[in-house]
Amino acid sequence: MRHLTEIRWHGRGGQGAKTAALLLADVAFGIGKHVQGFPEYGPERMGAPVTAYDRISDSEIRVHSNIYEPDFVAVVDDTLLHSVDVTAGLKKDGAILINTEMKKEEILPLLKGFEGAVFIIDARRVCMETLGKYFPNMPMLAALVRISRVMERDVFFREMESSLKHKFAKKPEVLEGNMQALYKAFEAVELVSRPAGRVSSMPSKDRGYRYTASLQSGQLARAAGMHA
Amino acid sequence: MAVRKSLSGNEAVAYAMKQINPDVMPAFPITPSTELPQFVSSYIANGEMDTEFIPVESEHSAMSAAIGAEAAGARTMTATSSAGLALMWEMLYVAASNRLPIALALVNRALSGPLNINCEHSDSMGARDSGWIQIYAEDNQEAYDNFIQAYRIAEHKDVMLPIMICQDGFIISHGVSNIELLEDETVKAFVGAYHPKHYLLNADEPMAVGPYAVSCYGMEAKRAQAQGMMHAKQVILDVAEEFEKISGRKYGFYEGYQLEDAEYAIVAIGSACGTTKDAVDELRKAGKRVGLLKVRVFRPFPGKELADALKGCKAIAVMDRCESFSANGGPLAAELSAALFQAKSQAEVIKIVYGLNGRDYTVTEAKQLFADLEEIAANGRQETEEYRYIGLRE
Repeated sequence: MRHLTEIRWHGRGGQGAKTAALLLADVAFGIGKHVQGFPEYGPERMGAPVTAYDRISDSEIRVHSNIYEPDFVAVVDDTLLHSVDVTAGLKKDGAILINTEMKKEEILPLLKGFEGAVFIIDARRVCMETLGKYFPNMPMLAALVRISRVMERDVFFREMESSLKHKFAKKPEVLEGNMQALYKAFEAVELVSRPAGRVSSMPSKDRGYRYTASLQSGQLARAAGMHA
Repeated sequence: MAVRKSLSGNEAVAYAMKQINPDVMPAFPITPSTELPQFVSSYIANGEMDTEFIPVESEHSAMSAAIGAEAAGARTMTATSSAGLALMWEMLYVAASNRLPIALALVNRALSGPLNINCEHSDSMGARDSGWIQIYAEDNQEAYDNFIQAYRIAEHKDVMLPIMICQDGFIISHGVSNIELLEDETVKAFVGAYHPKHYLLNADEPMAVGPYAVSCYGMEAKRAQAQGMMHAKQVILDVAEEFEKISGRKYGFYEGYQLEDAEYAIVAIGSACGTTKDAVDELRKAGKRVGLLKVRVFRPFPGKELADALKGCKAIAVMDRCESFSANGGPLAAELSAALFQAKSQAEVIKIVYGLNGRDYTVTEAKQLFADLEEIAANGRQETEEYRYIGLRE
């Protein structure tokens, strides 16, 4: 069975959605996966909506189109929820991750009745407590790895540490803050809505890393290692 | 030992440039090829290359400087996209007619208008008659491999023509994926040193480059240039064979994917081929005899070989990622149709325009196209269906 995980990132120009997508491709490559990480360029300007994509697979990836039915969606900026249809095509057995300071009650009505799992993280708080500056892509990356389980937690941290050591070879002082942001983000993800129970026609086996709607709601939370 | 990495198309080609380390690179930045001179400049600044980088004030100047450097006897490269290639136009012909084997890394992007930075083949296809060899890539691996082979083809004594190594803007140039790189020493040994037979800086052989030719000589010069392009066919195959020995990767004029017993074929260039392969696999599982012909070499145009590869097909869709405004389909469709006619093919051919200004091309569309071909083979083609668009919003 070929495992293919498809992820779509929504952000605004300058926030690092593209960087997060490329970083995820990079760490997944580091553990031996076939990967694609690519941006979709609209108008090239700060603040404009940006989309980026990841494909992570155990076998060669040849398709070169955008992703229309992602397994996971990551929204780096919650103001996009008003203008971009972020759940478009998102699989019902998939999940969405939103960076927001909003409460569950405020966020859910903005998702146009999306039936899958909804996770939130306050990446700003994580950033301010660890980096002292707002760079949401690091916490978002960790949170996405947690909910998508494209790799084991320890493997992810180990890969990120080695990658950041290399990247910041001339600025070793920033390594610690970035690693703390990743650790903290991993814990700060919150499950705020889960799929509405069993869908018996949906196979639960061989579905790769996806959440399947056939999991009972409690199992879903346990699968993600957290309680809603 | 090959090195496994994950790189974008631009990173991969820049890496090939570093490994080849040519003598001169004049360049002017333009999206989406800007990273190429950027990466090369970093390599030079870090002491990893000793190429003479010449920042120029326009692409016309970039090609002019490349012509000067190459004529002087230096191995020369440049990079550009879209309007940058258009601004080089006059000088592209000068480079080719003076038989200067410059390598140009082209990152395909739409020409205006509307102003757009995304992938289209209108830039290189517009330059198809300028006398440059053109080789296209499906992915980052092929863009890298093609660039490694470029100078061996262009500088061959029977060819002596400039070469354009093309990759799809953004889709490949900015998409990161797995790649296998060759060792530096392997690349250097394969490409070899450049020893031009005639060059301006040779004090023992004073010569003129690019003088006026009166009518009684000009036609012969063009005919000799055409001969170089004809010779390029064999050289491309020979170089590919040698490349396979160092890389294990096989190249030719084209790649046939599930084509041998195919009744319905899509013909395409570039990244669309990967997407089409996934569609072919899905349909093959359902028992459909479908296949892909990926055109790698467009100049010289291997018409006979392409027609031959398609000889078992009942219906063929030829896809152009550019509109040539001929009211009769794009350039690949036009040239391949002519080749199929010469080969006395009885196949139905439809001419498809797709992917303009970065419009996405999907597996679903490829599958629909195959279904259309099956329908056409069974029930005949309507006149209006011969030349059409896919992916267009109605």
